[in-house]
Amino acid sequence: MPKRIVIVGGGAGGTITANLLIRNLYRQVTNGEVIINMITNRPDHVYQPGFLYVVFDKVRPHEIVRKQQDLLDPHINLFIDPAVKIDRDKNVVFTESGKESPYDILVVATGSRIVPESIPGLKEGGHWFYDLEGAKKLRDSLTTFQGGRVVIAIGVPHKCPVAPLEITFMLHDYFKQKDMLNKVELFYTYPINRLHALEPVSNWTYPQFEKKGIKYEVLFNMEEIDPVKKVVKSMEGTEINYDLLITIPPHKGAPVIEESGMGKGGWAATNKQTLNNAGYNNVYIVGDTTDIPISKAGSTAHFEADVVAERISSEIQEGSASTLYDGKVVCFVETGFDEATYVWFNYKTPPKPTPPSKMLHWMKLGYNRLYWLSAKGVL
Amino acid sequence: MIDVKIDKSIDARGAACPGPLMELIKAMRSEPVGSVIEILSSEKGSSVDAPAWLKKVGQELIEVEMMGDYWRIVAKKIK
Repeated sequence: MPKRIVIVGGGAGGTITANLLIRNLYRQVTNGEVIINMITNRPDHVYQPGFLYVVFDKVRPHEIVRKQQDLLDPHINLFIDPAVKIDRDKNVVFTESGKESPYDILVVATGSRIVPESIPGLKEGGHWFYDLEGAKKLRDSLTTFQGGRVVIAIGVPHKCPVAPLEITFMLHDYFKQKDMLNKVELFYTYPINRLHALEPVSNWTYPQFEKKGIKYEVLFNMEEIDPVKKVVKSMEGTEINYDLLITIPPHKGAPVIEESGMGKGGWAATNKQTLNNAGYNNVYIVGDTTDIPISKAGSTAHFEADVVAERISSEIQEGSASTLYDGKVVCFVETGFDEATYVWFNYKTPPKPTPPSKMLHWMKLGYNRLYWLSAKGVL
Repeated sequence: MIDVKIDKSIDARGAACPGPLMELIKAMRSEPVGSVIEILSSEKGSSVDAPAWLKKVGQELIEVEMMGDYWRIVAKKIK
């Protein structure tokens, strides 16, 4: 009987895990000792960091979408059939079409999604760029925007923690290019008591905001939006008027996680080093789905996928695994239209941003194209 | 250490991003009223920042305790 590896989720984490597993277990897969199945809910794979560039018309939507099948090694069996329940005691994944997929080893990489409906008035009064439709809608609104106050408000939790700063800096350069800075007030808000979760990044940002005339309010957690009066209200009791509201809506994990009793909010209990689901040594959690208190980002999913693929391969080939996740996260940060910085950190090493440069911006643009090689497990 | 039943514990030690205060805000948003939330943080600033935020939003701080090289912050969602 072959060993069955089932991967639920075809985003960055699931796809990289699947392709790395094939590389490590090619012999076992081709001689029938191991089967790798991927269950996912859509036929397309979207490079989500590309949404930011869609907003400013710097990337066309079709450039950030590929067919999932084309990214997977042909030895991986792909099923476009959303998982609706996972029974970890019986080792079975149930799908929307009524099929059952038994497994010996399970990788859960179901990701996260925005839930703008969790903030009253946000769907009616706010913009976002965390899905393709939202990014296109914001792009079109910016094109016709005549001026006024642009408020950036951020929900908790959210993925890609540097995106709020990136959109703010890029908005500044966008309005500068349009000679509209004298008609626009950029007003940035942030949930905690500084401009970014990473203190060194926050320290770097204060003088940048000063120089660019970007106003801000910290300790601002959006609670409610009045789309008629164009006011955003915070949990902390303050209110800000806006002419254009750009938000990062709060996120939740996939419904299948809650449906399966794996974790509130769709975040599954995960060992921060082994990435095992708590209590289940044959279940791994990758990417946004974990409840580990670190950044939900593509790079996190990538580095976790490296670890999970190594651990599963070692378990099959050697009978045990020792590779551990060290909490590594790497983020490029666009600081405008032509410069960027980047940060990396892990559980033990704090971040130290490098000075922004054109070179780092070009590297980011290059990575936007190279991502497809990462997904294929090449890079 | 006050003897209180913890409903949700988050070990944010070494978690640079999103960090302990963001984790507390997340828990306050998602846990039901009456929940007691514990955050472990290796960031000294959390021992001041978290109580200040709790006061601002009208939630209850139960205790802040230094546990050697980290801090334990316990709060209750009261509304």
